[in-house]
Amino acid sequence: MDKVMELDQVIEKVHDGATIMFGGFLGVGAPLKAIDKLVEKGVKNLTIISAVNAYPGQDFDIGLLYKNKQVKKLITAHSGTCRMAVEQFKNGDIEIEYFPMGSLVEKIRAAGSGLGGVLTATGVGTLMEEGKEKITIQGKEYIVELPLKADFAFIKGYKGDKFGNIQYRGIAINTNPIMAMGADYTVAEVNEIVEVGDIEAERVGTPGVFVKAVVQGNTFEEHKSIYTDLWVRSGQLK
Amino acid sequence: MEAREMIARRAAKELSNGQVVNLGFGMPTAVANYLPDGVEVTLQSENGCLQFGPTPKLGEEDPDVANAGGQPISLLPGAATFDLATSFCIIRGGHVDATVLGALEVDQEGNISNWAMPLAPEKFAPGMGGAMDLVAGARKVIATLQHTSKSGTKILKKCHLPITGKGVVDVIVTEKAVFEVTPAGLMLTEIAEGLTVEDIRSATEADFTVAKKVIPYQL
Repeated sequence: MDKVMELDQVIEKVHDGATIMFGGFLGVGAPLKAIDKLVEKGVKNLTIISAVNAYPGQDFDIGLLYKNKQVKKLITAHSGTCRMAVEQFKNGDIEIEYFPMGSLVEKIRAAGSGLGGVLTATGVGTLMEEGKEKITIQGKEYIVELPLKADFAFIKGYKGDKFGNIQYRGIAINTNPIMAMGADYTVAEVNEIVEVGDIEAERVGTPGVFVKAVVQGNTFEEHKSIYTDLWVRSGQLK
Repeated sequence: MEAREMIARRAAKELSNGQVVNLGFGMPTAVANYLPDGVEVTLQSENGCLQFGPTPKLGEEDPDVANAGGQPISLLPGAATFDLATSFCIIRGGHVDATVLGALEVDQEGNISNWAMPLAPEKFAPGMGGAMDLVAGARKVIATLQHTSKSGTKILKKCHLPITGKGVVDVIVTEKAVFEVTPAGLMLTEIAEGLTVEDIRSATEADFTVAKKVIPYQL
């Protein structure tokens, strides 16, 4: 089975109103090419799920989707880095639903792994317990967090093969393997598409079983210069 | 000395050798610069690594190695990188010895508010990020904040803003004082140079007791 596809073929499947998970953490480990294509296609009323929001102060990463007014709702642990999103939220143009970051990843993992939810002590006694079931086990209170699923997950890997096996690199792994499990249709954007067998079995971070499509992202050289430029431009690297 | 530097220097003294530590953004980030001699800690970044080091120089950066603020970092020998689920297993599971977090408000019950500034009714920003998990799971929670703002004291009887965790704070460090949170409430343990217990009382809404031996603020 060959899962290698052109990005255009994949983006065609995304419809207005879709729920989409985006891997990455402030743009690091984010599927940048797929985001560009979604902006180009202009699908609207998206519900997007991301651990945190866009990289601060730059037109980059999922920030482009707010700029193009494609977002209806954001589900996240932190919105504050993207001024445009916060402004749209304040004006009532978008909704934001917060979950503690650890709960958000476990909700997604639960959706992908056949669990009915997870119990966590995080958020007990805060606004996070509002409207949620609580269970006491051995004298300790837990919030029941339900599974969180999406129509699509766009994830970013380092290498991928036609079986959909994905290798990650560094801290850019972040939410990618979790989100890969939590969507009906997972698209892995990679720096390099390799032959089957080129990724050693123990280096496979996401087994191909979770992945529907593998697309060519920026090459590793392009990828390097994109982040160097971003960090220099934003004063983080001198 | 500037208030923020005092707070970071004092918070660093709460850490001990060999601990796994998560530092929040802003003032707490600077704590790493002031670790006392002989204290080495393993820093965790909640986006997925243990044992990270300083910002690399231009040319030494790696596009796939950044901290939870999206800034490039370096990995030290012995570092480990992992996905976000593992990272929060470390946090919630009690494997982080101490966390230093910035606070908007704290109160005498050990509550901390640091995630929700009201934008409009029922609308908050910026969100808790990993802070709710950290206060729920870290073995020691050190809250850092300036003692007062333009609108008054931030050491309250009861937090006004939505809280991040209930009764979770162990130590409060401001530029004026250090409080321990005990089962009986706050206890003043240190006072900055030139201030008296009365000065602290007038700058603090919370009730507190005074330790038998209040010592000068440790810098």
